[in-house]
Amino acid sequence: MAALLGGLSAAALAASPAELLAGYSAEAGVRGEPARGQAFFTQRHGQEWSCASCHTTQPTQAGKHAVTGKTIAPMAPAVNAQRFTDLAKTEKWFRRNCKDVVGRECQANEKADVLAWLMTLK
Amino acid sequence: MKTPILSLMAAMTLLASPLHAEEEERGERSRGARVPTLPQYQAECSACHVAFPAGGLPAASWARLMQNLPQHFGTDASLDPATTRQISQWLQANAASGRRAQDTPPEDRITRTQWFVREHHHEISSTTWQRAAIGKPSNCAACHTGAPQGRFSEHDVRIPR
Repeated sequence: MAALLGGLSAAALAASPAELLAGYSAEAGVRGEPARGQAFFTQRHGQEWSCASCHTTQPTQAGKHAVTGKTIAPMAPAVNAQRFTDLAKTEKWFRRNCKDVVGRECQANEKADVLAWLMTLK
Repeated sequence: MKTPILSLMAAMTLLASPLHAEEEERGERSRGARVPTLPQYQAECSACHVAFPAGGLPAASWARLMQNLPQHFGTDASLDPATTRQISQWLQANAASGRRAQDTPPEDRITRTQWFVREHHHEISSTTWQRAAIGKPSNCAACHTGAPQGRFSEHDVRIPR
């Protein structure tokens, strides 16, 4: 229920992961590269956390919030059909989490890489 | 992309009925959650932690927290302006009242209100708090089994070993 409700706050913009990836790739002018996405996701960027700190290095599995300990549903669309189906929600979490992990908002090419990698996971 | 309006309507249709049915089934209106939780509060805030009761903090604490969402206890919890406004208004309307309205805790942490400390102090030892399944006082749901539904009654407390 909570995950369903999540899409409601900012105007829900239904999409598929492939559509979001196409959008980020078009914005960046380059295709998302899974290997680069995996490196970006698992490495730290000069801050305390990496993406994997909460989402694990295998995002087909559930993660755990680094501060509260609350379970985070898997990020890989193959095992969690709700992931990357709402542009506003996707943008909200990229914005916040990139600030925490990278210290700035992510660029379109970085989002494309990460999403391309997550979409390869089965 | 699909039509945004249509998917929004579909989401709302899906959401509206089960939520109310669930509340009535659990009798939440009569005991525990006197204040129906704002759906936006539930969705946004409980993505990362249990939806803490609005009455757990004074209005001034909620106002500070909602003004500082980009620096929210070490993480960026920022929301779009409309959602921030809706949640803020709901928290202000349902913040702690009576004597507890003056119970402003350090760092605006519910767990550091005099009320919270008093309620838990005598019954919960420091070694209990440290159990792996609990970890820290803000992990309400570890013991308050109804916390995800906004119920914090003593009847629902199960302290994990």
